[in-house]
Amino acid sequence: MTRTSGIGLGVAVLWFSLLVLIPLSAVVVTTTEGGWANFWRTITNEQTAHAIRLTVLAAVVVTVVNVFSGTAIAWVLVRDRFPGKALLELIIDIPFALPTIVAGLVLLSLYGNDSPLGLHLSNSSWSVYLAFAFVTLPFVVRMVQPVLEELDLDVEEAAASLGASRFTTFRRILLPSLAPAIAAGAALSFARAVGEYGSLVLLSGNLPFKSEVASVRILSAIENDNPAGAASVATLLLLVSLLVIVVLDVVQRKVAQRG
Amino acid sequence: MAESHVTRHARGPVTYLIRVFAIGYLLLLVAWPVALVVTHTFDDGLHSLRAVFSDPDTVHALQLSVIAAIVATAINTVFGVGMSLLLVRSEFWGKRLLSALLDLPLSVSPIVVGLALVLVYGGRDGWFGPTLDGWGIHVIFSTPGIILATAFVSLPLVIREVVPTLREIGIEQEQAALSLGASTWQTFWRITLPSIRWAVVYGVVLTLARSLGEFGAVKVVSGNVLGQTRTATLAVEEKYLNFEADVAYAIAFLLASVSVVAIAIVSFLRSRKAH
Repeated sequence: MTRTSGIGLGVAVLWFSLLVLIPLSAVVVTTTEGGWANFWRTITNEQTAHAIRLTVLAAVVVTVVNVFSGTAIAWVLVRDRFPGKALLELIIDIPFALPTIVAGLVLLSLYGNDSPLGLHLSNSSWSVYLAFAFVTLPFVVRMVQPVLEELDLDVEEAAASLGASRFTTFRRILLPSLAPAIAAGAALSFARAVGEYGSLVLLSGNLPFKSEVASVRILSAIENDNPAGAASVATLLLLVSLLVIVVLDVVQRKVAQRG
Repeated sequence: MAESHVTRHARGPVTYLIRVFAIGYLLLLVAWPVALVVTHTFDDGLHSLRAVFSDPDTVHALQLSVIAAIVATAINTVFGVGMSLLLVRSEFWGKRLLSALLDLPLSVSPIVVGLALVLVYGGRDGWFGPTLDGWGIHVIFSTPGIILATAFVSLPLVIREVVPTLREIGIEQEQAALSLGASTWQTFWRITLPSIRWAVVYGVVLTLARSLGEFGAVKVVSGNVLGQTRTATLAVEEKYLNFEADVAYAIAFLLASVSVVAIAIVSFLRSRKAH
């Protein structure tokens, strides 16, 4: 390592610490300062516990939906051919690009009170599932797609010509190669859903015991000048984020070893 | 050969079923709702867009969002390119940990980001806040806080684009330049930067789009003061809740157009380079 890169590393790590690491540590430290009893009381508070349960349940359900729909969409994008496919490519990235508050407004236009479909999902717990599904849509697709593109069709054809059914070929040939990408996409989509806030503001109405999620509880604690309470729920969410990072790291390492 | 040709294009009912499912899912979840926002914006011609640009507070909110996004993107670009070079081209203790931690901002809730920044830079009882206040630097409830929050949430985007490209181009050319007597700076400007420029462009476009649209983290740190620290995304919420839905739709339309154009540019450049 040269002297220039040494100085560069120092400056970069200092900035990263000031911006990300120290503030995130402050969340954990504020929680520990409040003590275990305070932490436990905060997260078992009836309203907060309900919000956390709804958040985790909706995140799990949406992640499972993404595993199936995301893999299917990736398959369509890589293997299928039809006019207008390029448009689908663009549509998939929209949930990433849209500001979350706009995402909420967008969903409200089809599933709100003026719904042209007659589906009134706003202000119900369904709105949470809907918003999560929207904002996490691209994760599995974009992880699986490049892997699928690189897979050799010959292996599948060999399996098929040896008499394997389509389902067997999928299960025995495709699925094992796609599994790490699907897992990584699922982890990212779960983490994103658990912390989601912006898309819910206008859509869910943030009704206690009905459509209120964990991040809304953090915000109300901040607004009520209760930083220890806010930090407790935030620490719980941070643990989820860290867990996801670890899962991703392990999965990526496994893939690197195999490749 | 003929047989494999047939298999490649064989389309059973399952193929069509999956295709219909994928199109239907994307139509109901994304395409239709987005189209509705566009039509809502133009329900009464250009009236609501004019209303956006004739309200000084909304114009100020748009300006603030643009400024914060540009500053945050500039910071993240310099930081991102430098960090990518370090991660790919040098060896140091704790590299793997640092590389994993750099992805953290993408999976942290925006509200947690806001809370974390308030706990450290809050003027009243943050860790560094009172000291900075003493020096006359107000971070929280002010523009620097908005910039910090924006830079936080979009931090890894440049790195994620540049690192794989740096790995791919290898070090032969750089070593050749260095052995011919070029300085580290010359090598960076003449050899490294030109070969990673597209990755940097993608990273910058994605960072800009993400920065412009940040809502949750900015809401916590900004205080949302009308005409001062209200950003465009905060204005969308405010206008919608104040029964000015048409203005909310118009601002949303503006923000959405910028981000959709941004991703369209990136995917167009990518597909052109792939061929």
